[in-house]
Amino acid sequence: MPDSTPTTLGGSRFAPDDPQTPRGAPEREFTVKERSQAQLVFRRFLQHRLAMISLVVFILIVLFAYIGGAVWKYGPDSITPDNSAPPSGEHPFGTDAVGHDQFAQVMRGTQISLQISVLVALFATIVGTIWGSVAGYYRGWIDTLLMRISDLVLTLPLLAVAAVLAHQSGGTWWLIAVVIAGLYWAYVSRVARGVVLSLREKEFIEASKALGASDARIIFRHLVPNALGAIIVNLTILVSIGILLETALSFLGFGVQVPDTSLGLLVSTAQTAVDTRPWLFYFPGIFIILIALTINFIGDGLRDAFDPQQTKVRA
Amino acid sequence: MLAFALRRLLISVPILIVSTFVVFVMVSLSANPLSPLISRNPPPPPRTIELERIRLHLDQPILERYWHWITGIFSGDFGPSVQSNLNIGHEVFARFGVTLRLIVLAMVVALILAVIIGVISAARQYSKFDYTATFFGFLFLSMPAFWFAIVLKQVGISINTAVGDQIFYTIGSSSVIASGSGFWNQFGDVLGHLILPTISLALTSYAAWSRFQRASMLEVLNSDYVRLARAKGLPRWTVTRRHALRNALIPLTTVTALDLGSILGGAVVTETVFQWQGAGAFLLNGIKTSDVYAVEAWLLIAATFIILLNLIADLLYGLLDPRIRYA
Repeated sequence: MPDSTPTTLGGSRFAPDDPQTPRGAPEREFTVKERSQAQLVFRRFLQHRLAMISLVVFILIVLFAYIGGAVWKYGPDSITPDNSAPPSGEHPFGTDAVGHDQFAQVMRGTQISLQISVLVALFATIVGTIWGSVAGYYRGWIDTLLMRISDLVLTLPLLAVAAVLAHQSGGTWWLIAVVIAGLYWAYVSRVARGVVLSLREKEFIEASKALGASDARIIFRHLVPNALGAIIVNLTILVSIGILLETALSFLGFGVQVPDTSLGLLVSTAQTAVDTRPWLFYFPGIFIILIALTINFIGDGLRDAFDPQQTKVRA
Repeated sequence: MLAFALRRLLISVPILIVSTFVVFVMVSLSANPLSPLISRNPPPPPRTIELERIRLHLDQPILERYWHWITGIFSGDFGPSVQSNLNIGHEVFARFGVTLRLIVLAMVVALILAVIIGVISAARQYSKFDYTATFFGFLFLSMPAFWFAIVLKQVGISINTAVGDQIFYTIGSSSVIASGSGFWNQFGDVLGHLILPTISLALTSYAAWSRFQRASMLEVLNSDYVRLARAKGLPRWTVTRRHALRNALIPLTTVTALDLGSILGGAVVTETVFQWQGAGAFLLNGIKTSDVYAVEAWLLIAATFIILLNLIADLLYGLLDPRIRYA
């Protein structure tokens, strides 16, 4: 994978295939293999132990929810003859009062909660990033107008307004995701604007402007690759925020509705049975924490990996 | 600075109008508040339904309804509720009074926790304390507030049954019995009911702030003027406290104000778990019964709080940081 051409330390940071990068330059005392920015980021991430463990756990949870949900002997709707049974080999997470297998329920709930939070992260990131970048890049009245609209959305208490809007969604999972993302993009737009505002003043942007580069070239060739790190980190963290918001919404009764289920809804229905059937309450809760926690750690690892000031793993 | 404050206040008026209008239209379109009345068995006479429709202004178009509502606010009229005997204006302020106790106390506790943990973490970067604090920070950052609140409630109940006495209050914001038994008894009773919800809300909110405080403290600790103070021979702790901390606290004011919205959301969830009759229950009930004027009253007060706190934070920022001047 790594190119065998020896070159100067680190290579070019901002434009990996810039023609000015001295390929095959005279050997120096410390010769290092040339690596692209993406390879550097990837290697730094691999060395982040906590983030790697989290990634493995997260992948296991995803496999558990989707593959497990497909092969497990009970479906989320199947009613077994055992009701209110504690965890056993037959029902690893026990059963509820009706006889639903909680193992299958948690799998289904994890699927729905994951789908909603990933969709929230994607929608909010796409809208927020475009919104904030346009504001930060063009500034002037466009900036003022776009950011006033963001501020307007930010004054709305998110969970409350999401409850109002999601009340009409009828529990359709992607509508719930749209509602949450429709309120959360404003936060992303602020971050994106900040990143773009600081980037556009950098010398390399000025240099390409001086060379006569078009707006599109500057945006796609220079701004986007440099902002990508911040955007990807944000996207990751948003998944964990998304799952906490979705579960809170479902807990309050405005999210996913009964024929289907989500982790928040499972906790909500189990809250009166914490004492008598604790397995119904603790398993879905632990899954919410595990998903949010692993994603936060992955995001943290990515943040370190994308940090250009990070010098720990250069060679 | 006065001009800046006035301008910001003026901008917030249209923001309040637009946001309340958007929610007004959404709630009004979402469901028919008359449907419980219509589907009542035996069905009420059409005349009753018609009277109710007129009482709730449903005979007017939405724009007119909104106009009546917003102009009514200035004369203290918050509009008719679905519950005919409910005075929304009176009720919503009483409910927010209850909720404000929880929010203010939880925010104070969370801020103290965040500053202490953040500062020690930064001063002893990569120490055992730092790693432990980081882990718990991430854990509480990933903790669903409602789940943690239920766990705390359950712990409270278990301790109560183990001791055989009421040590922790797990239901409501105050006891019925305590009212009318002297100020201090009532005060103690209210405080007792606050303990578990406050712990719950504070712990699920402090984490982001403490991470932020750690980062801003690290930045200041690595700055030249701190190095100079140390080089001059000042004790480490004095430098940390008097030189670094003062500046490192400044960014936290803005972040705290920005997070008020999510604290409000956390309070709604926490109140639900501990069965408080606060603003949260008021809002949730309003949404469920399509009580548009109740939801609007809640939103108006909540959004006003958020805007005011952000304004105060911005002004404070200017006072604390002499480099920032508002023109």
